[in-house]
Amino acid sequence: MSEVPAVRNVPTSNADLFLSFNWLALQGFGGVLAVVQRELVEKKKWLTLEEFVEDWSIAQMLPGPNVINLALMIGGKHFGWRGALSALAGVLMVPTILVIVIASAIAGVGDTQAMQGALRGMGAVSAGLIMATGIKMLPALKTNPMGLMTCVVLAIVTFLAVAVMRLPLSWVLLTLGPIASTWAWRCISRNESA
Amino acid sequence: MSITLNFQDWVSLFLHFVSLSLLAVGGAITTAPDIHRYLVDEQHWLTHYQFTSSVAIAQGAPGPNVMFVALMGWNVGMNAAAGMSPTPTMLYAVMLALLGVLVTMVGIIVPSATLTFFSTQWAHKNRDLKGVRAFKAGLAPLVMSLLVATGWLLTGNHDNYLEDWPMWALAAVTTVIVWRTQTHLLVLLSGGAVLGMLKII
Repeated sequence: MSEVPAVRNVPTSNADLFLSFNWLALQGFGGVLAVVQRELVEKKKWLTLEEFVEDWSIAQMLPGPNVINLALMIGGKHFGWRGALSALAGVLMVPTILVIVIASAIAGVGDTQAMQGALRGMGAVSAGLIMATGIKMLPALKTNPMGLMTCVVLAIVTFLAVAVMRLPLSWVLLTLGPIASTWAWRCISRNESA
Repeated sequence: MSITLNFQDWVSLFLHFVSLSLLAVGGAITTAPDIHRYLVDEQHWLTHYQFTSSVAIAQGAPGPNVMFVALMGWNVGMNAAAGMSPTPTMLYAVMLALLGVLVTMVGIIVPSATLTFFSTQWAHKNRDLKGVRAFKAGLAPLVMSLLVATGWLLTGNHDNYLEDWPMWALAAVTTVIVWRTQTHLLVLLSGGAVLGMLKII
């Protein structure tokens, strides 16, 4: 699996990082994962597929937006903190300007019934998009060392605490997170000794 | 909506996003329920409608979905400008809104970005460590559940079932479509916009 790719590129400068991540962010309508893979692995060849999968799982494990974490990792790998900042600026700058312009344009007509209805409809669709992202993770839980049943119970408790009881996220994560991780540790130990 | 924000309120706003930054495991969107609790339910700095439309616009626009935080900061700033007397100029209102963007975005990004930058090397070298694997495995079901909880909160305040049910239906249908098919996101968002405009939902 670890054969050397025919062409192996690296970002040439901080400006290259900035522009590449800019372009990447602008194509990402929600489904950023596919865009990242196409751009960085297939087109630019900055990463092999194996490196990408590894980097992406670390980016997901750490707190913060996944694409931003990935940008920091790739930028930092090639040009240290300057590279990380260039990539970060690339991911954030144009999208921030764009989203404010779009929101202001909508606010101009925001009082009309039609616009409010449209945003309501888009809101329901975004709700579905986010829920689907969560549901798509279910198959991955089957291979979780804690077992599927424990995962489902943990997921239900988290849902009840956050969505129904509306407890602060920090309480929920700082209580359930260590419990779940400790339990996972025990399960991994048991699997390894078995 | 018009609100009054003093210096201390701006600091609280900043600190709230700072405190959420390191909790955003699985993406900034998983902190949305807590942002709702704080900004809408507790402080009343943002309406439920502004909250949901910020998420919807950020999803429909290109870029990482953490942009919803920038829009909420923008809206809080605009609400603060609307609460001033005498009414400030448009330029002043925009400056205040930009301050909102800066305060919320710096708060949500800087702590997690710093942690990512410094811990990446370490985690990469130690990816086989049992501690790293246990952390990942333990958080996986929580992250999944937070995404579903976020979707749930976005479908309404859940205090008016008669008014909310068409939203639930559309959200549920969207969930199934995204789960089962490769339909482009923009097609779905436009579809939702049209249904909303025609007052079907």
